[in-house]
Amino acid sequence: MAKSDAEVKVLGTWASPFVMRVRIALNIKSVAYEFLQERLWEGKSELLLKSNPVHRKVPVLIHGDDTICESLIIVQYIDEVWPSAPILPSDPHERATARFWGAYLDDKWFPSLRAIGMAEGEDARKAAIGQVEEGLMLLEEAFGKCSQGQAFFGKDQIGYLDITFGCFLGWLRVTEKMSGIKLLNEINTPALLKWANRFCNDAAVKDVMPETEKLAEFAKMLKGRVRATPTS
Amino acid sequence: MAGELVLLDFWPSPFGMRSRIALAEKGIPYEYREEDLRNKSDLLLQMNPVHKKIPVLIHNGKPVCESVIQVQYIDEVWHDKAPLIPSDPYQRAVARFWVDFIDKKIYELGSKIWKTKGEEQANAKKEFIECLKLLEGELGDKTYFGGESLGYVDVALVPFYSWFYAYEKCGDFSIEAECPKMIAWVKRCMQKESVAKSLPDQEKVYEFILQLKKVFGIE
Repeated sequence: MAKSDAEVKVLGTWASPFVMRVRIALNIKSVAYEFLQERLWEGKSELLLKSNPVHRKVPVLIHGDDTICESLIIVQYIDEVWPSAPILPSDPHERATARFWGAYLDDKWFPSLRAIGMAEGEDARKAAIGQVEEGLMLLEEAFGKCSQGQAFFGKDQIGYLDITFGCFLGWLRVTEKMSGIKLLNEINTPALLKWANRFCNDAAVKDVMPETEKLAEFAKMLKGRVRATPTS
Repeated sequence: MAGELVLLDFWPSPFGMRSRIALAEKGIPYEYREEDLRNKSDLLLQMNPVHKKIPVLIHNGKPVCESVIQVQYIDEVWHDKAPLIPSDPYQRAVARFWVDFIDKKIYELGSKIWKTKGEEQANAKKEFIECLKLLEGELGDKTYFGGESLGYVDVALVPFYSWFYAYEKCGDFSIEAECPKMIAWVKRCMQKESVAKSLPDQEKVYEFILQLKKVFGIE
């Protein structure tokens, strides 16, 4: 049996943008998989703790006997095992650029988005929003350079950077709803605004992108739990 | 294929060392430019406007930023010489996982060891050793993380050896005593010219740390 024929399982949660990346990648490659949902607030499953003993986090990809952890590492793995419908660009410099923005999104931009929800006081909130907006302007510029006039960062089809950034759109929309501010807008990010709609409507994305309402409810529940937990 | 290759770097940076080693392993000539981080060059600011950090690899005028991205780029462009990243997708994913782990843990914990005191430092030392032990487990009985030759994980980790002496002096502990396998691996790496030439002297790094401590007002 070829490696690519072995059974594929994804350990994750419906709300996690990182898990979504993996599911989108598998969808792009038309690879069937079993989605094993973790209920992280009830405690982590044996399978999760065994598959990712170092970080104990989702997503985890279980492919035959192998386990692969960390969403962007999993996406690259998927791209390499199933080479049709490539996700990463073929040009080394374009690949480096896609990876650069992926790292930026994970290390800087998404934490700044989360900071809006956690900001205490109006000044902190404004500062957090400012950071996110600055980041979005950088990404708007990056979109122009990467897409070269086409629909996606990956040009004519969804690629690595579309997946890396697009998975955060659910949480971006929740933040917009809760803060009353349009972070993606016609004035500052016209191209990204259109890209976001195209991304969310793509066949590989539609069924795994959670509805904003459902995510917002989940966010409220999470916030409630965090407040209820006594700090030691 | 080589074209014009410039590395904007800063001598004690373990991240810069990664690219130096990768280029040396593959025998690729390049121009090394030392940056004064208190007075960053226009070129650096132009080539890395988002982070304004070194190292930056400039290949035919186009920048590649972030050390792990640079090492992958170098390996992809000069793929026929001394390959660093495994060809098997699963082995590749494993190597990437450990490089990501090193990036998340080693630099930050090491920084805490020289920057802090008391309980915070003690906790950082404990976690630092735990991380090195995990890496020792991954190394197992192999000569290098990459097997019989230097690989991606080796290149990502070995630069931190140049900071070990500084960590040990500041934290008052011995890394060799706690992780002898790790030090044995380091010594094997240091026998390679590409590594030995790319790492600065540990005492020099320690002096640099002492100066930084003065500047930041850390005891």
